[in-house]
Amino acid sequence: MNASFLLRFFLFPGLLFAIPASWFYVWVEHKAVARMQRRIGPPLLQPFYDFVKLFGKRTPSRRGIEADLLLLWPTLPVLSMLTAIAMLPVLFHSRGFSGDAILLVALLEMPSICYILAGFTSGSMFGEIGAIREAILSVACNVVFLLSIVTIAVTEKTFRLSDFAVVSSNPGRWIGVFGILLCIPAKLRLNPFSTSSAEQEIYSGSLTEYAGAALAMWDLAHGLEWVALTGFVAILVMPGGAWWLRAILFVLISFAEVLLLSTFAAATGRMTLDGAIRFYWRWAAILALLAVLAALYVRFLP
Amino acid sequence: MKLFNRLMHLCRQKSPFLFHLNSGSCNGCDIELVTCLSPRYDVEQVGIRLEGSPRHADILCITGPVTRNTLEAVKTVYAQVCEPKAVVALGSCPCSCNVFAGSPVIEGPLSKYIPVDVYVPGCPPHPDAIIEGIERAAKILADRGVTEAEKGEKQQ
Repeated sequence: MNASFLLRFFLFPGLLFAIPASWFYVWVEHKAVARMQRRIGPPLLQPFYDFVKLFGKRTPSRRGIEADLLLLWPTLPVLSMLTAIAMLPVLFHSRGFSGDAILLVALLEMPSICYILAGFTSGSMFGEIGAIREAILSVACNVVFLLSIVTIAVTEKTFRLSDFAVVSSNPGRWIGVFGILLCIPAKLRLNPFSTSSAEQEIYSGSLTEYAGAALAMWDLAHGLEWVALTGFVAILVMPGGAWWLRAILFVLISFAEVLLLSTFAAATGRMTLDGAIRFYWRWAAILALLAVLAALYVRFLP
Repeated sequence: MKLFNRLMHLCRQKSPFLFHLNSGSCNGCDIELVTCLSPRYDVEQVGIRLEGSPRHADILCITGPVTRNTLEAVKTVYAQVCEPKAVVALGSCPCSCNVFAGSPVIEGPLSKYIPVDVYVPGCPPHPDAIIEGIERAAKILADRGVTEAEKGEKQQ
């Protein structure tokens, strides 16, 4: 930890940028769905109103270890997402803590793990069903996600994030980016992979028992997940240039991804859990494995 | 503190989350409530959202004349909604038991068991009327939040 990392954590792309951006992305998500259904959709400040309102709710008082755990589960993903966002090499930092893709993947996995634990801690039947579904889906999509990152790492011959940020025309990079894009809907619990938060079947899944400030933290974590995952893809496809150009491109590419994924979510229905696993393991995982093998072959080509 | 209260008032009014509870309704009012979410009425414009869990909700929308079977559910769900909250009685049934009045299996009207803030009578009520009722309930809820906060400050 040093000044450079703290600057990134608190200013850009960290706290000061990420929290308003997360509200904006959540708004874009709802607005895109609304426009696809020929509705007008929510006002720009809607996620902010929801966030503040939830903080003003009086929640039922709980006691014991369960109460602390129920508060811990939404706090951890917010912190891990902020750290992950701060690690993204948007402005080509050469000094300070930079981290690598392995740490980033671990941090990006936190919300899913906490979501599962929250479902089991809440003791609600619907929470447990949501947690089980999330666990199964996470196992399914992570195979493809990890293989995609391995493909990029093999073609770039490194796990360092700052080397990931250097543009390359290597086809391995683009196959990896495509694989990551396939996994983002499952990681964000969007349609068609939204079985774990299926509101018509299992109420709100893991979050059924959550209320007030803790629920607001979950909403914030979801928004920050948007920023982190779309930002990760953005740094992979972004060309080099002046720092201000990179900052603008980072925001624009992330925005385009949010628009694309939200429109995709609005255009599809919810898949069953079997269907989602079949999609990831039967099709995507095989393709990802072939991509890794191709990347290895190209790399060790005599 | 005054500024904070005003911000909270605005946010509460702008983001009412609903929980819909059917206490033995014929489904007419339920269909009309869901119509409000459709592209024609689009209540998301004013921040209204239908939530899956009563814990997330601000406004409880109850349809039906409160049958003997659902009475306990009505009380439980009302207790699960976090303060500050408001209740909207949708349709004529929760207001007066409508054509079911006098039946031995009907325990209504709703106001005998929980405090109702807004009545939207009709069999079923028009979606416009439902949206207006929910908006009024959001206003009542926001005002209630502010008065409670001020009361709390005075006590301190």
